[in-house]
Amino acid sequence: MAVQSDSSPGSLDVKDLSVYYGGKRAMGPVTLSIPGRKVTALIGPSGCGKSTFLRSLNRMNEMIPNCRVEGEVKLDGEAIYGSGVDAVTVRRRIGMVFQKSNPFPKSIFENVAYGLRIGGMKDHGDIGNRVESALRHSALWEEVKDRLQESALGLSGGQQQRLCIARALAVEPDVILMDEPASALDPIATAHIEELIHELASDYTVVIVTHNMQQAARVSHHTAFFYMGDLIEFDSTRVIFTKPSQSRTEDYITGRFG
Amino acid sequence: MSTSLKPRRWPRLGDVLLWLTTGAATVIVLILLVIIVGDVVRNGARGLTLTFLTQAPKDGMTAGGIFPAIFGTVALVLLMTLAALPAGVATAIYLHEYARPDALGTRIVRVAVNNLAGVPSIVFGLFGLGFFVQFLGGGIDKVFYGGAKVFGQPALLWAALTMAVLTLPVVIVATEEALSNVSGDVRLASAALGATQFQTITRVVLPQAVPGILTGAILAVSRGAGEVAPILFTGAAYFLPKLPHSLHDQFMQLGYHVYVLATQSPDVDATKPLLYSTVLVLLLLTFALNASAIVVRSRMRQRFSKSHG
Repeated sequence: MAVQSDSSPGSLDVKDLSVYYGGKRAMGPVTLSIPGRKVTALIGPSGCGKSTFLRSLNRMNEMIPNCRVEGEVKLDGEAIYGSGVDAVTVRRRIGMVFQKSNPFPKSIFENVAYGLRIGGMKDHGDIGNRVESALRHSALWEEVKDRLQESALGLSGGQQQRLCIARALAVEPDVILMDEPASALDPIATAHIEELIHELASDYTVVIVTHNMQQAARVSHHTAFFYMGDLIEFDSTRVIFTKPSQSRTEDYITGRFG
Repeated sequence: MSTSLKPRRWPRLGDVLLWLTTGAATVIVLILLVIIVGDVVRNGARGLTLTFLTQAPKDGMTAGGIFPAIFGTVALVLLMTLAALPAGVATAIYLHEYARPDALGTRIVRVAVNNLAGVPSIVFGLFGLGFFVQFLGGGIDKVFYGGAKVFGQPALLWAALTMAVLTLPVVIVATEEALSNVSGDVRLASAALGATQFQTITRVVLPQAVPGILTGAILAVSRGAGEVAPILFTGAAYFLPKLPHSLHDQFMQLGYHVYVLATQSPDVDATKPLLYSTVLVLLLLTFALNASAIVVRSRMRQRFSKSHG
């Protein structure tokens, strides 16, 4: 499509990707190249397949029974659905943040350290450094540095979501997928998250599903519009929001449906 | 036509009747409970002395205490827990985390577990006698002891295993419930961080399920402490001069001791106070176990119901 895949690391090349739930096609076939170190927004009305598409990028859809995937996804040229490729390994390189913040009922520190520990990291100093750096990166450090051992469930909703982002950052993935990460937050917390997403793009590829068109326009470099399981249009966010080439895209972003 | 808003002089008949009948039933249940517990406490409390708790029965069970029965009950319950808890928890983890919920095999296992919970306990006693004592114990004797009766007779070990089979459904159901109370969100979060299913279960799911599993374990223990039928043929003894000192010894047990005191005493009047006190000890033990289950459960609720936000 219109966007050229560039050479920044963390790029995702999707080719003829379709997802089926129990024999019924939920999405696809979709072909697009998500550029590395950029924010790509996925927009479209409810049920258009954008979340399904997102989940198929780190094989989280395999947690859903009777879900089947066809086609190809390559992370920097490596096929994530290749035979013998472990979903666990894929998810360590492609992290995910969910719509509803879902911290573990553990301390703030242990939440962020979790991914490191399961990855086999043992050294206390190393873990401490990575936790601090992840919390700084997610702009949470100043708020929690004196209460790292307190339960993460005591944080506010916005803080919990930033903690979930920190938790995903700690394992240093190449890509971070976000499924409507701010939809349950108030406007101030949302602004925090959006600012953060923008900053993350200097080190990570971010793919974000959002219902909020203004949000897509504010945070993303590229935007993909999904409708009824198909990718309708993919271009730079500026083009999508100013002069889309498809009439359905224009109808959607101008609020004529959805 | 509009309904008049003038005050009703009488409450509606249906409400009154329902209030009366349900209230009366509640009062009857309450009275029965008070009579039973009151009778036991009134007649049993006096005999509840340190000597009673620490001595063996004497003079054809018309004097002395019940220490061997307390010891036997505790030993039985501990061994039973040691057997039932790992097996039950493992089964529940398999059923809940690994087995496909709609698969025929899973459904059969679930039905079997539920039916196991409904089997009369005397049937477990007979099963224990046939399977554990005669088949397993007898087999061990044949292979290792040249046919001498060592394990091939009723014993603490076999009674504990029989009791474990009886309480297995309680543990399985409680554990499954505890596992399903762990939110799917944290499982997804764990998976998305690159955790294997094993890591998710051991590091995220089980720690959150532990209080629920413990509640199930305590309920199983309190059920086990009160049951007599399963141990009748598998290891409980009428009277033993000494405490059991190995797994293939017989033992005394509180519930069975109550039965023995009530039916086998040579001097009914002399035994009566002892009988009351023994029943009181059994009630207190069961009550304490149930109370601790409730405490564990409410602790768990406090710990995990902290609101998100």
